[in-house]
Amino acid sequence: MNQDKLDTFTLDGQTIPFSAGQTIIQAAIAAGVYIPHLCFHPEFKPHGSCKLCTVKVNGRQTASCTALALANLVVENNTAELNNERLTLLQMLFVEGNHFCPSCEKSGDCQLQATAYELKMMSPHFDHFFPDRPVDATHPEYLLDFNRCILCSLCVRASRDADGKAVFALSGRGIKSHLIVNAESGNLVDTDFSSTDKAAHICPVGVILKKRVGFAVPIGQRRFDAQPISATPHPIAKGDA
Amino acid sequence: MVSQIHAAYLDLILTRYQHNPNHLLQILREAQEYFGYIHADALSYLGQQLSLPRADIAGVVGFYSFLSDQPLGEYRVLFSDNITDRMLGSVDLMTQFCAQLWVEAGKVSEDGLLSVATTSCTGLCDQGPAMLVNNIAINRLTPERITAIAELIRERMPVSAWPASFFAIEDNIQRKDILLNGEFQSGSALAALLQRGADATLQEIHASKLRGRGGAGFATGKKWEFCRDAVGDAHYVVCNADEGEPGTFKDRVLLNRYADQVFEGMTLCARVIGAKQGFLYLRGEYRYLLAHLQAVLQQRRSQNLLGHRILGQADFDFDIEIHLGAGAYVCGEESALIESLEGKRGTPRNRPPFPVTNGYLNQPTVVNNVETFAAASLIAVKGGEWYASIGTTVSSGTKILSVSGDCARPGLYEYPFGVTVAQVLADCGAQETQAVQVSGASGICLAPAEFNRQIAFEDIPTAGALMVFDQSRDMFEVARNFVHFFAHESCGFCTPCRVGTSLLANMMDKLALGHGSPYDFAEIEKLNTLLQSTSHCGLGHAACNPVLDTIAKFRPAYQKRLIHHEFVPAFDLDFALTQARQMTGRDDSGAHFEST
Amino acid sequence: MSELDTLNSPANTPSPPTPLPQAGEGSQVSGEVNQSGEGHHVKKLKVATTSLAGCFGCHMSFLDIDERLLELVKLVEFDRSPLTDIKHCGPCDIGIIEGGLCNAENVHVLREFRANCKILIALGACAVNGGLPAQRNHLSLTTILEEVYHAQHGLVDGFIPNDPELPLPLDKVHPIHEVVKVDYFIPGCPPSGDAIWKVLTDLLAGREPELGHGLIHYD
Ligand SMILES: Cc1cc2nc3c(=O)[nH]c(=O)nc-3n(C[C@H](O)[C@H](O)[C@H](O)COP(=O)(O)O)c2cc1C
Ligand code: SF4
Ligand code: SF4
Ligand code: SF4
Ligand code: FES
Repeated sequence: MNQDKLDTFTLDGQTIPFSAGQTIIQAAIAAGVYIPHLCFHPEFKPHGSCKLCTVKVNGRQTASCTALALANLVVENNTAELNNERLTLLQMLFVEGNHFCPSCEKSGDCQLQATAYELKMMSPHFDHFFPDRPVDATHPEYLLDFNRCILCSLCVRASRDADGKAVFALSGRGIKSHLIVNAESGNLVDTDFSSTDKAAHICPVGVILKKRVGFAVPIGQRRFDAQPISATPHPIAKGDA
Repeated sequence: MVSQIHAAYLDLILTRYQHNPNHLLQILREAQEYFGYIHADALSYLGQQLSLPRADIAGVVGFYSFLSDQPLGEYRVLFSDNITDRMLGSVDLMTQFCAQLWVEAGKVSEDGLLSVATTSCTGLCDQGPAMLVNNIAINRLTPERITAIAELIRERMPVSAWPASFFAIEDNIQRKDILLNGEFQSGSALAALLQRGADATLQEIHASKLRGRGGAGFATGKKWEFCRDAVGDAHYVVCNADEGEPGTFKDRVLLNRYADQVFEGMTLCARVIGAKQGFLYLRGEYRYLLAHLQAVLQQRRSQNLLGHRILGQADFDFDIEIHLGAGAYVCGEESALIESLEGKRGTPRNRPPFPVTNGYLNQPTVVNNVETFAAASLIAVKGGEWYASIGTTVSSGTKILSVSGDCARPGLYEYPFGVTVAQVLADCGAQETQAVQVSGASGICLAPAEFNRQIAFEDIPTAGALMVFDQSRDMFEVARNFVHFFAHESCGFCTPCRVGTSLLANMMDKLALGHGSPYDFAEIEKLNTLLQSTSHCGLGHAACNPVLDTIAKFRPAYQKRLIHHEFVPAFDLDFALTQARQMTGRDDSGAHFEST
Repeated sequence: MSELDTLNSPANTPSPPTPLPQAGEGSQVSGEVNQSGEGHHVKKLKVATTSLAGCFGCHMSFLDIDERLLELVKLVEFDRSPLTDIKHCGPCDIGIIEGGLCNAENVHVLREFRANCKILIALGACAVNGGLPAQRNHLSLTTILEEVYHAQHGLVDGFIPNDPELPLPLDKVHPIHEVVKVDYFIPGCPPSGDAIWKVLTDLLAGREPELGHGLIHYD
């Protein structure tokens, strides 16, 4: 591979430079282009599970957070076909859990919600599963509201890779997949979770929440009130300081 | 404090597995076999002993159907729930069984004696209905056999003391060709290998044009070559005996009867790619084959066909370990299989990189199907050209078909590639055939007009299942059974399959309840497109196939469920008032909806 | 995919929302002829609204379109609505539903709307996804009724009302699209007056309604 000059591929016709080893989404973000995504985070190993970042590479759908950028690829991103598929994926995530935004502390700052706004999701479309997912309020400082978990595993990766712990893990299978914490009691309070953990600040939705600070930012001034998610190529990287 | 009870048996198991976390799944499986389930204390103890986070172990237990962190009863009874079991009356038998033992399906009896539930296809379709009792298979269930089993359980008779006839699993080989005629001599392929050399043996595999028998049909020679050429600290050979595709049971018979030939194929591969370690990944449903397979391995070691300095060659060390699965169809997918071999949840990896470069422990790994390895042994003995002369130009050699369903002689049929479906139907004694499902739930459903099509990679590729449905069968119910299979087996990793397969199952149930309208068909179409284009692995890609095929080819089965022209809710509105009626004691007209 | 086409023969095709006759041109409109402010003969569109398991917040928001309400009444006429006190929905062009379905009565009203309205709009979070009332869905109705009428402190001899005049509660609260076909959705708790105005004016103008950044919100 040519190390002096960056190779390029095209994304919706725009030329995007990349360096060896970069994924399509990394190169796109570096070039300031938004590709919808939920489970991707620039600081962590890609997971490739939400499939929101699906693009068409040389005519075939693939997750752009796991597909390596290669010279001269022709990548489609912002097309009606792909956005429709992404919209359906979002609707699946909404009916899979229990998302009542009006009573969610994360509202206005939530990546799922903001992505749904971006893709103009007017309704969840499908029949709701209305799962029973009890809240874990055992920890003095933090709350886990599993009703909103989208199984992106960012907290699992953050706890393992950044915090050197293993506070979170995935369990179950299929539609019964769910998040668990590393304690015999099953309660967050009995883990080594700490408010200074990276994992405490990584959740893109309203599961891992600091207690008693909810609704602190008035409506109109929250992160995604100000501008749509597409206006910040990687909102989480900038937002969770 | 971990109670001594658990430490005692876990220590024995842990020692046997050298406290190696890669063996976690095997350790858990044995722990469950011993104690009946994975106790909370056992989870904590294993966490300490293996230096693994307890939650990760719990996540593994939560993934596999056969593992449980809740008590399951002394007798754990699972009814095989493939459509072929149902066609043979499994649903009624399960009802009878539950009634005789006063237990509710899906639950543990109040006295803790037993639990009853269903499980995905157990690979006994030619001799169903089948069940697993404490993971051991029982075939040919009848009302009498069910009554006898209920009695034995009530008497708390240990399963080991049950009549042997219950466990007499049959091979049912109905048509033999080069693989099933049993001509292979143990050691002959290795002798040929040593004479020819590893590189020349690979050339024979190339020349044979052998393609993988597990479904995808990748050229075996190429796979071995890529793996050989990949740089790594070690290379591995894995035999995929997960055989989870509903309706498939040929690997079970190959392993029961020709295990030697399969292990020899693995050993050949090891020599070609330079591997010292191999694994047989055996589905948990075939637990009863374990002792036999261990014995064959032991015999091969004693014959110097396995182990240290094979056939006296100074640099030829290779051994095979058997890993059992624990109830997860997705673990047949090669990268999920490797995760499972490493003791983890069986989630398919992101690919590329592929196993040939980054497989077991991130090292170059060949994963091949049981039948592929068996064929490789023959090729080593008889030569690639000989093999390539059998079958069609594109599809060389033979294919073993697992035939079940509505036919007089279910069982294994081996044919040179190119055989027509009609020929198979004639040979197995199928009459008034309405449909044939080839290659299992994820395969293709054929209508009579297509019965002249051929079993071959260029026409109908198959991993080996062939289920026959006669005119009396309801093809909608066939599709619904398969859709529920996918929903149950989805690993849950990616959004489209995790949620989509369950949505699809709900939609099929909606049609079954008589709540279908054209709206639901449009929805199914939409789901199909999405699952095919965005799913992470083949399970999600295939999950809509049964529905789409049957809609296209057996439309009346759906049409009669399309009662409504306009959208109708999935749930029964009147039923949704049941609880309120009970609580208020009302039954007036205002307490009901007119039926829809 | 194409396999499905066979079943989607015209007779079977799910009906798309009926296109609205444009105000001023609509000959098929059910509304009566009215004298508009500017002296033209305009067939007004008939609009009905109702609140099911909602809090009337969405209706309040509707009124929030303020002086544009005057503009709106030039174009539309209200049938059944909390704004008119008409009790049953007659043939209408647009039906607007606030709230989800929590009891039998809600279902009857919703079905009446669906039967009579060419276009049905779900207005607000509760109609769109069940909203706050649906947060009871993880509990069984039996448990809830027990809790409310038997276990509550201070209720002596509590019994569950069984008057046939009272509608029975459903075992779960459902958003309205799970029971009838819904043509358009305006999310929000409540949706802003601007969002409602935008969707209605889009529809009146024959455009596909679309809410941009700021107008589309779920809270
Ligand atoms: C969901 C899924 C299940 C699979 N199950 C099996 C199986 O049970 N046995 C098998 O040999 N291959 C199975 N495969 C195919 C394997 O991924 C892989 O292609 C095969 O083992 C390679 O061996 P071969 O080249 O000899 O066919 C499955 C694939 C998918 C996507
Ligand atoms: S997590 Fe996001 S989408 Fe879910 S309820 Fe909260 S704000 Fe809404
Ligand atoms: S808790 Fe949050 S970060 Fe963790 S998996 Fe769920 S959605 Fe992702
Ligand atoms: S397609 Fe299904 S089985 Fe495959 S990774 Fe996705 S969820 Fe798992
Ligand atoms: S962001 Fe790529 S799959 Fe989730």
